[in-house]
Amino acid sequence: MKLTGRVWKFGDNIDTDVIIPARYLNSADPANLAAHCLEDADPDFPSKVQAGDIIVAGKNFGCGSSREHAPLALKAAGVACVIAPTFARIFYRNAINIGLPILECPEAARTIQEGDKISVDLETGTITHTATGSTWQAKPFPSFMQELIGAGGLIAYTRKKVTGHA
Amino acid sequence: MGMTLTEKILAAHAGKERVEPGELVNCRVDLVLGNDITAPVAIEEFSKIGVKEVFDRDRVVLVPDHFVPNKDIKSAEQAKVLRDFARAQNLTYRFDVGTMGIEHCLLPEAGLVGPGDLVVGADSHTCTYGALGAFSTGVGSTDLAAAMATGEVWFKVPQTSKFTYHGKLQPWVSGKDLILYTIGEIGVDGALYQSMEFSGEAIARLSMDSRFTMANMAIEAGAKNGIFPVDEITESYIAHRLKRSYKVYRPDPDATYAAEYDFNVEEIEPQVAFPHLPENTKGISEAAGVVIDQVVIGSCTNGRLEDLRVAASILKGRKVHPEVRLIVIPGTQQIYLDALKEGIIEVLIQAGAAVSTPTCGPCLGGHMGILAKGERALATTNRNFVGRMGHPESEVYLAGPAIAAASSVLGRIASPVELGLKEVSTVA
Ligand code: SF4
Repeated sequence: MKLTGRVWKFGDNIDTDVIIPARYLNSADPANLAAHCLEDADPDFPSKVQAGDIIVAGKNFGCGSSREHAPLALKAAGVACVIAPTFARIFYRNAINIGLPILECPEAARTIQEGDKISVDLETGTITHTATGSTWQAKPFPSFMQELIGAGGLIAYTRKKVTGHA
Repeated sequence: MGMTLTEKILAAHAGKERVEPGELVNCRVDLVLGNDITAPVAIEEFSKIGVKEVFDRDRVVLVPDHFVPNKDIKSAEQAKVLRDFARAQNLTYRFDVGTMGIEHCLLPEAGLVGPGDLVVGADSHTCTYGALGAFSTGVGSTDLAAAMATGEVWFKVPQTSKFTYHGKLQPWVSGKDLILYTIGEIGVDGALYQSMEFSGEAIARLSMDSRFTMANMAIEAGAKNGIFPVDEITESYIAHRLKRSYKVYRPDPDATYAAEYDFNVEEIEPQVAFPHLPENTKGISEAAGVVIDQVVIGSCTNGRLEDLRVAASILKGRKVHPEVRLIVIPGTQQIYLDALKEGIIEVLIQAGAAVSTPTCGPCLGGHMGILAKGERALATTNRNFVGRMGHPESEVYLAGPAIAAASSVLGRIASPVELGLKEVSTVA
């Protein structure tokens, strides 16, 4: 699958409290989560972000709590993909499990600027800068995770495992 | 080649002789945990899997603790999803208002976790149980749903880094100061994807409560888990609690570590982490003086009996500063009761503290002590992220109970030494 979108940039250690503050965790309604996504980092983000936009951030993205509401909020806000040098491990698992594409690529994360247009090939992990044509190669997913993603996430994968059908 | 403590537990639960870092393994779990924020999402996902019952009703524990006693209608509805599911599944261990506590204080106390166990919880501080020599780690709600259905979870075997602490603790230094100091040294991603194995003679002398505090904050260094060797202190803690048989694993002398760190604890003074990351640590001698509006003593990090004891020893016969709100939240009903019997609660109330029933409450900015714009809190909790305890322009400073209690009296970040208190070590 190939995604093309406009970039929003964020710094290092964007934590799950900033992605979706606990004051909104009394509901897991996606629209409600999307309305407050990243507002403590940029109060205008929920109104600026559009479906298909891509977040490019610094290291350790998604550190902090295990709340799956964080990747859910990003996905519901329309974020198509997150690119960072590294992700916190629970966020990484959660994103894969719910089907939010994330890519680890330090060079791309460093070079790409806010407002740039980029495209991402999820199969190959290739990131292309639309204006300059520069490309970067993200770390490919291990084959087990590709299998998970291919099955449509962990729930579909587990359903197939325990019931024998998708 | 030998294996680390974490590698041994993962191998045993994957039914393998040995595992290597980087290997993907499917493991049997001994216990799965969810709370009132993460379980409702998991229950919804669970219903899509196609199984009717959880894999083992003795091994699924759902604890409503974050927004409980229900703070508003939406939270009440969420907690009800958890309660209804627990009842419908006839889960063996049920905890609620009146019997519950903060999950990570509660589960070890209730004897539901033991050495050598493999535990996953849809809460990032599930790593707390590493203090008992268990492998335990946080996962998300979807992972929780799959684990409730199958009793299995996939893991990538982490590399292990070893942290050895030498020497004798300085006065007023506890587990909280050691772990804050460590995170200050290695950073909030210093152990990313890794297991942190704690050892050394300073650790061997550390109380169980202080070990829980340290394992609890492994996640704040990005780690998958933090783990302690099992010794007599562990054995005596579990003696009257643990309801299952257990197995003690020890790291091999020739185990391979990604990194080895050695700390001389005699050089470590009480620590304070400045906003907005747990790695922004300073020794109290460089941190003193910051004026505060609120002090919180509680949470799964420092809401245990030892913490309340230390606070009471400082607050005894003193008064909380008139401009400071001191909120004390015992981690469980049992801790509350023990503190009551020891006279700790009376000392705290006489000093002017508000003492609450167990809840996560202000730790995650839920309820029971939210900060207004521009306000500053000193808390014994584990995270000082932007907006963690309330308004995005409020500030949280992290410290142990000794600094918290002394600061509540003086109205600014301070050491008990400033109150002329004897320089006695709080642990061992
Ligand atoms: S006390 Fe704080 S850190 Fe611990 S489980 Fe509750 S919200 Fe999470």
